Amino acid sequence: MKLIIAIIKPFKLEEVKEALAEIGIEGMTVTEVKGFGRQKGHTEIYRGSEYTVDFLPKVKIELVVADEIVSKTVEAVVKAAKTGKIGDGKVFVIGIEDAIRIRTDERGDAAI
Amino acid sequence: MEQRMADVEAYINNTGRTPDVASKVAGPGPGHNAWLLTSSALVLFMTLPGLALFYGGLVRKKNVLSVLAQCMAITGLVTILWWLVGYSFVFSHGSPFIGNLQFAFLDGVDGMPNTDYSYWVSQNVFSMFQLMFAIITPALIVGAIAERMKFTAIVTFIALWMLVVYFPLAHMVWGIDGLMNGVWNPAAKIAAIDFAGGMVVHMSSGWSALVLCLILGPRLGFGKEPMAPHNMVLCMVGTGMLWVGWYGFNAGSAVAADVIAGAGFLNTTLAAAVASFSWATCEYIMRKKASVLGFCSGAVAGLVVITPAAGFVTPNGAVIIGVLAGVIPFQFCMRLKAFFGYDDALDTFGVHAIGGTLGALLTGILASPTINPNLLAAKDNGLAAAVQNGTLWITQCKAIGVTLVLSVVGTAVIAYGIKGLMGLRPSEDVEQQGLDINEHGEEGYSN
Repeated sequence: MKLIIAIIKPFKLEEVKEALAEIGIEGMTVTEVKGFGRQKGHTEIYRGSEYTVDFLPKVKIELVVADEIVSKTVEAVVKAAKTGKIGDGKVFVIGIEDAIRIRTDERGDAAI
Repeated sequence: MEQRMADVEAYINNTGRTPDVASKVAGPGPGHNAWLLTSSALVLFMTLPGLALFYGGLVRKKNVLSVLAQCMAITGLVTILWWLVGYSFVFSHGSPFIGNLQFAFLDGVDGMPNTDYSYWVSQNVFSMFQLMFAIITPALIVGAIAERMKFTAIVTFIALWMLVVYFPLAHMVWGIDGLMNGVWNPAAKIAAIDFAGGMVVHMSSGWSALVLCLILGPRLGFGKEPMAPHNMVLCMVGTGMLWVGWYGFNAGSAVAADVIAGAGFLNTTLAAAVASFSWATCEYIMRKKASVLGFCSGAVAGLVVITPAAGFVTPNGAVIIGVLAGVIPFQFCMRLKAFFGYDDALDTFGVHAIGGTLGALLTGILASPTINPNLLAAKDNGLAAAVQNGTLWITQCKAIGVTLVLSVVGTAVIAYGIKGLMGLRPSEDVEQQGLDINEHGEEGYSN
């Protein structure tokens, strides 16, 4: 089991969700987040006062998948989220020890 | 019968009634009253919620409620003062500087017109119309000191400021025996004109705001941490309400539904629209972006500058005022504020003090007797001659001087007094955490 964390551009969320649905992913958790990487922020000007906004809005997707489909899932995310321009985001893959479905007490792959 | 016809004609023309026992029209004129009732509600709408939203959107999220609370508190406080002594100090006979206590507790302010101010509008309606001006004026000051003044200090300051600055100034400019009431007081020493409050409302609040914000000092972290507006949508919604409400402010200041009210309405529209567009154009030329805040600031600046001129100038005059209102306050807010480094949080000084002063001066240059024949009727105090000789702007400068001195000195004395007595600012912790939670025990947004 692996946890896949993808930080992507907010307007790419729909495409990524559809790409994941196509390969049979049945659930995910989405959070609106802020941050910056190499893209950095932007400037806003209000009546002559300039503010640098360092943290840009991004969307963080978290999903746990069985080991066999990790590479397929990552591929789908990367393909759908790519624009080729700076600020497309990142995908992290992390090992998971266990998963439990609360309703049924199922464990492991059966729970995801 | 002829006498009764003359009475009806006087109502339609908004002129004085001939004392006439045969008249069956006992009280005020319903049409003029209707417009002033509407205007009163419109002017209150400028503060609640127009100005509250305009300012509320411009502050940071943690202080949005403090601005709304201040606007509500001012509305209540000023209404109480108005009932007690305010209306009387402004609109009863007294000295050229302040009225007496004839109308204290609104005693005798009933449905009959007070013919010092209007032949056909009930005095109770007139008193409420003028109350709304007394409410919005101190509420404008809140913009300069936003996000960093103790609530109790604000309430104390406003109460004293109304007594020391607003009531005397409004009496001087609008009171029937006022020092600077050029149109209606034949004995006015400074025969100046101020149609709807360029001096009384905008100059007084704007200059006082500057002094208070200097005494108060800048917000913690000013110039270091970002202090961007938290909600430009609220700000624009508030601006729209201000603009709409301003029709009551300017066209209502004719105190009748007559030809001058019509001119006021037209001029208000032209100046606001032109100024909004020209402010945004300046922005576009400077930074290649026209912002919503630019459009909003320009509209408000246009409304401010046309205020003293609304019932006095031609449509071309209003367009000139609109262009200048877009350009001059823009320069103050964009360049001079940064140069001097004072923290006028929401630009009350740049828009209202500069706009109000500019408007008072331009009114002296552009006032036209073809739009407002009252200008030529005031012969005894020299107003008619000043209009004809083109020297009215000099009189206006004198009135500007009196307004400025009263506002600056009055505010400085009150502010230093409160600073010594109870302090002006909350603790640093309170300011950093936000006034909403600490001063009002609430949050504007649940997440």
